[in-house]
Amino acid sequence: MSVSKYSEGRPYAKIASQAFALACGLCTLLSVSVLVLLLWNIFGFGWSSLSWDFVTSWPSRFAAKSGIWSALIGSLYLIGVTALFSVPIGVGAAIYLEEYAPPSRWRSLVQINIANLAGVPSIVYGILGLGLFVRMMHLNRGVLAGGLTLTLVVLPIIILSSQEALRAVPSTIRQASYALGATRWQTIWHQLLPISLPGILTGVILSLSRALGEAAPLVVIGAATFVRFTPKNLITDDYTALPVQIFNWTEQPQVAFHEIAAAGIIVLLTVLIAMNALAVILRQRFSKKVRW
Amino acid sequence: MSNLTTAPHLSKIALPGAKLRTYWEHCIHGILLACATISIITTIGIVVILLVESLQFFREVSIIEFLTGTKWSPLLKPQHYGILPLFCGTFLVTAGAAPIAIPVGLGTAVFLSEYATPWLRDVTKPVLEVLAGVPSVVFGYLAVVLVSPLIKAIFPSADIFNAANASVVVGFMILPTIVSISEDVLRSVPRSLREAAYALGATKLDVTVGVVVPAAMSGIMASFLLAIARAAGETMAVTLAAGGTSKLTLNPLESIQTMTAYIVQVVLGDTPAGTPEYRTIFAVGLALFMSTLVLNVLAQWILTRVREKYE
Repeated sequence: MSVSKYSEGRPYAKIASQAFALACGLCTLLSVSVLVLLLWNIFGFGWSSLSWDFVTSWPSRFAAKSGIWSALIGSLYLIGVTALFSVPIGVGAAIYLEEYAPPSRWRSLVQINIANLAGVPSIVYGILGLGLFVRMMHLNRGVLAGGLTLTLVVLPIIILSSQEALRAVPSTIRQASYALGATRWQTIWHQLLPISLPGILTGVILSLSRALGEAAPLVVIGAATFVRFTPKNLITDDYTALPVQIFNWTEQPQVAFHEIAAAGIIVLLTVLIAMNALAVILRQRFSKKVRW
Repeated sequence: MSNLTTAPHLSKIALPGAKLRTYWEHCIHGILLACATISIITTIGIVVILLVESLQFFREVSIIEFLTGTKWSPLLKPQHYGILPLFCGTFLVTAGAAPIAIPVGLGTAVFLSEYATPWLRDVTKPVLEVLAGVPSVVFGYLAVVLVSPLIKAIFPSADIFNAANASVVVGFMILPTIVSISEDVLRSVPRSLREAAYALGATKLDVTVGVVVPAAMSGIMASFLLAIARAAGETMAVTLAAGGTSKLTLNPLESIQTMTAYIVQVVLGDTPAGTPEYRTIFAVGLALFMSTLVLNVLAQWILTRVREKYE
């Protein structure tokens, strides 16, 4: 081929190009292997401590007797409260921004604000929760205050992902619905929401999995680290959560506590990866089934 | 948005129940507006709470001392309220994380956008999403049991927990942020640019480094800024990994404390609320909020401009 003639002035061009491709490939391999290394280590450290007893026991001063029952239940309660508040508010805000608000200065202000809130460090939300829910609203240090704080943490993510899901619905669907005499809300409720549901759910699942792993805001508003009961009263009772319990065990100098911390991480990661997998499946079904 | 997406005025159509329906539509509008307003209230709430408590704090401690003092020891006598050591700690961790996350993240983004087959991309992206979803405390754990002994083995003089230790794990934590945003921006570079370059006889390397990456540069920069903001606000991993001694140093092998780790130290301790020592968390929180806000606003501004350019 005569191509080689043109590359005569740059004898290394092809090799350089291939070397660059290889370097980029190695970067990707490194990024992926971080996850593998992470899982490998944690399973290696924690697998032997993991048992049904570990899951159903209370925490203890002795590592060997400790379990994560109160942390697991606390985390479930927290996620429940967070979902209860964040999903309707987040999806509602997304519908407002996509379907109701006309392009205006107000809308771009809200939009910029949400994008910035998504970047606010979670510990700052903890300080907000401490000032707003714990002190001003006197919600004490219970599950409700924790769940509301986590709601604020994940709200921007739910809004942004729901907006994206709504935006993916073609405007012909809206026009057809209006042409049949449907009102705006009828269009949203009967057409847009069912169509965009998989997309919205994907965002919701990923946001809740973020809330599940969040420890910093809970520590700031005062989640306890040593709780030997499950909360009965969502406002007054102390509670702990999985990441907070893991943090507490990791902080201990004894290796025995590090091992049960790893076992706790295995439980946490299993739930998180299951949630992630669900989101991936939803998204793939969505993109395969619906073709406009 | 086109005019067609606006609902017709129902009040003009005389159907039974039309009035009630119009009323219902107004109610829904109001409720949804309230949902959107919560995000604005959240921002106002953050600013008000941080400012009110910080102003109270600055009545007791001079703001000049706070911003320029080189010693931070509010919990020990004699008390010193200079935030520079904490600021320096955050800077040190972030500055150490960036050289890990930026090249690897950008390389991965380029690979996924320019080289990977669709199949490979479909496999890699969920893996990176899982990595992005790994909680901060898990990275903290790895820093304690894995990275810290490693660093100690290489540099025997290092403190057990140190800034470098935190930098390594934070670097890998912020990696997915860089990959996902940079890849989006790289993929939005129009095909015609690449084809024009190929037509001029460029190799794949020339096209990628000479055309695609420069065209996407502003978006890539935005991803760096967002990642750095995330690193600065990173809490649990840094609290576990960096040691927790507030001191003004640029040596990554020493134990340091970041702004976030200090806040955790206070809330976990028994400092009574209402004292100036306790109010430091609001002042430090304000400093943290302002620094990440500047980075975020800048990044969002760049990303909006990038979208306008290619859409």
